[in-house]
Amino acid sequence: MNPDASTIAAGAPIEVDLSPVAEGQDIKVFWRGKPIYISHRTKKQIDEARAVNVASLPDPQADEARVKSGHDQWLVVIGICTHLGCIPIAHEGNYDGFFCPCHGSQYDSSGRIRQGPAPANLPVPPYQFVSDTKIQIG
Amino acid sequence: MSGPSDYQPSNPALQWIERRLPILGLVHSSFVIYPTPRNLNYWWTFGAILSFMLGMQILTGVILAMHYTPHADLAFKSVELLVRDVNYGWLLRNMHACGASMFFFAVYVHMLRGLYYGSYKEPREVLWILGVIIYLLMMATGFMGYVLPWGQMSFWGATVITNLFSAIPYVGESIVTLLWGGYSVGNPTLNRFFSLHYLLPFLIAGVVVLHVWALHVAGQNNPDGVEPKTEKDTVPFTPHATIKDGFGVACFMLLYAWFIFYMPNYLGDADNYIPANPGVTPPHIVPEWYYLPFYAILRSIPNKLAGVIGMFSAIIILCFLPWLDAARTKSSKYRPLAKQFFWIFVAVCILLGYLGAQPPEGIYVIAGRVLTFCYFAYFLIVLPLLARIEKPRPVPNSISDAVLAKTGSRSTPMVSTAIVLALAGSLFASSIDSARANEGSDKPPGNKWSFAGPFGKYDRGALQRGLKVYKEVCANCHGLSYIAFRNLAEAGGPGYSVAQAAAFASDYKVKDGPNDTGDMFERPGRPADYFPSPFPNEQAARAANGGAAPPDLSLITKARSYGRGFPMFIVDFFTQYQEQGPDYVAAVLQGFEDKAPEGVTIPEGSYYNKYFPGHAIKMPKPLSDGQVTYDDGSPATVAQYAKDVTTFLMWTAEPHMESRKRLGAQVFVFLIIFAFLMYFTKKKVWADSH
Repeated sequence: MNPDASTIAAGAPIEVDLSPVAEGQDIKVFWRGKPIYISHRTKKQIDEARAVNVASLPDPQADEARVKSGHDQWLVVIGICTHLGCIPIAHEGNYDGFFCPCHGSQYDSSGRIRQGPAPANLPVPPYQFVSDTKIQIG
Repeated sequence: MSGPSDYQPSNPALQWIERRLPILGLVHSSFVIYPTPRNLNYWWTFGAILSFMLGMQILTGVILAMHYTPHADLAFKSVELLVRDVNYGWLLRNMHACGASMFFFAVYVHMLRGLYYGSYKEPREVLWILGVIIYLLMMATGFMGYVLPWGQMSFWGATVITNLFSAIPYVGESIVTLLWGGYSVGNPTLNRFFSLHYLLPFLIAGVVVLHVWALHVAGQNNPDGVEPKTEKDTVPFTPHATIKDGFGVACFMLLYAWFIFYMPNYLGDADNYIPANPGVTPPHIVPEWYYLPFYAILRSIPNKLAGVIGMFSAIIILCFLPWLDAARTKSSKYRPLAKQFFWIFVAVCILLGYLGAQPPEGIYVIAGRVLTFCYFAYFLIVLPLLARIEKPRPVPNSISDAVLAKTGSRSTPMVSTAIVLALAGSLFASSIDSARANEGSDKPPGNKWSFAGPFGKYDRGALQRGLKVYKEVCANCHGLSYIAFRNLAEAGGPGYSVAQAAAFASDYKVKDGPNDTGDMFERPGRPADYFPSPFPNEQAARAANGGAAPPDLSLITKARSYGRGFPMFIVDFFTQYQEQGPDYVAAVLQGFEDKAPEGVTIPEGSYYNKYFPGHAIKMPKPLSDGQVTYDDGSPATVAQYAKDVTTFLMWTAEPHMESRKRLGAQVFVFLIIFAFLMYFTKKKVWADSH
């Protein structure tokens, strides 16, 4: 009952061109049936994410560990709330990040859980930069 | 099932069979001469009612499966076309969907009856545990059945419930992938749920056979909780129990028919009339009502894993009930304290159910925690403690003594009644609070609709005018993809002739092909064609309308609703108020205001609407006075347009409503006469047994 061959094949890595995404914007792409948020973060958002005392977070993780170094403005996360799988809304909530409408979880501009019932940060999918303006997810 | 029978059929052919397979003897000993306690009350008819419901669900389910397509792209449409085009498809679907609710309602009564009269106690422990297994299988079946229509609530319910398993440490994620058959809820998930939804009812039927077998070995419990001793304590199953069960089933069918014919969507969620969309989450994900108490327990525990464990143990704990409650007196009739706590427990379950449907914030979370504690305390503290400290009243020596000593005096459980009333009062108060807090949108005003009520019919003139408004205004942006031109000439619709419908169709250009050279071409519409959509796909619709795709209107009056709040939703059951959708649609069409009131900011490209949730709607004011010319002299005002087009859209959402209500009236006349006949037959049969 595990995924069949065609499902696995359809889940192969995808390439996303980042050049049309302006600063402060974000796009949602689907990979393996899951929404992936790619945010072009502003300076303010990056600073906010880095100013937090990491140890005080429910799921401690530094912002540097959640982005690729040299591409600090790009945040790539799986947009599925770690509570019960709803899709959070980008650019909402009190932390300049994501807000889940189902049970009120709030994530910050690094996709880390800050408030609400969700137990963990929004997961970062496996990805790498193919060039400065193109990433491969998967 | 109660030992070898000496039954001998008189017919030689039956004798021949009986010598080779003693099945008639089995039926005779189990369901004819089987001794049943003579003091059983009507709560004991729920066993028969449940058997009837299981049979009903399997029968309607098998026929529905003949018309259903288990594919993520086609499932929603196949259910809609089933309701519209299959002969009595609407009846089959309503019977099956409402049947699930009625099945659970009956099972809860059945379980609470067992709880009150101590039917789980020695020697009926295995019987009780088999019952809990049936209940678990029912929950799994009901959940997977709810996924099959592939609406928004189906999809997101499936996502939330399957994600529960990811809370299991280490293996959780792989179990979830196994359930999905992919990387998220999708087509493979739907396929396997369909397969299992077809399989599990037959497993339930198998466990029901074991349940009945165990029942017939241990014998039935009874309201006095004393085992039958002499023949005077029992009556033969047939005709006594058979006819009493028959009367019980007939009464239950009246309730069932009330839902099927008059309130088919009362227990459902309007969001499930929106096709599943993996990119949009509904604001409130709420399971079906029968899971709500457990959903409330899940949400009231802040830790994810602990919440899941809490939810499952709330059911599993029932298996240990025979050992948690060590009191020797079975029936709560003779246990003054247990009786009070039983009713408090019932109130706790109902309140948990109410909380399960509320957003998880503020007072609801705290109340949920208190009630979750009460739920478990009943099993783990109250029942074990009562067995030690309670002094039960003396039980009668035998069932016949109990029947003879029956006096008219009934002591009302005063304390628990007061508690239930207090709880209901606080519920009422809190619902007013939440209504006040809900500033997102105003409640739409009620309208007088010609199609409301048990004898409602569509106003033909309004349908024809509404079609005109749709064609000239709405159709520029909104599709009507489940409606074919032929539907315009069908009974219960706008009342056009077949020729008129064909003429109407030929005004449209429909894309067809490919032809012999492989090209697509346009031709005039035919009655069998569906209304063409204004945009080729959702992305085009989205792009042309500032990012918000105009929804298809075929089902809009059933896919939109608004909360009615605590006291009203109970009143609605009796008044058959079903028009939240039309009231909302009509209100939104008239709710545009040029200037947003103080303190409300409307984003660029949106418009202020009084009744739209959040007030910012992407649709500009669609209707203005005099925009559409009416031929029949009706006023050309926005109010009239809104009313007409809403009536028309109610018809597109439910083209068979008139035949549903007409058949309902006939069924009710039949069922009431049938129930009376059963009642008088029962009285006659039992005349010498009381």
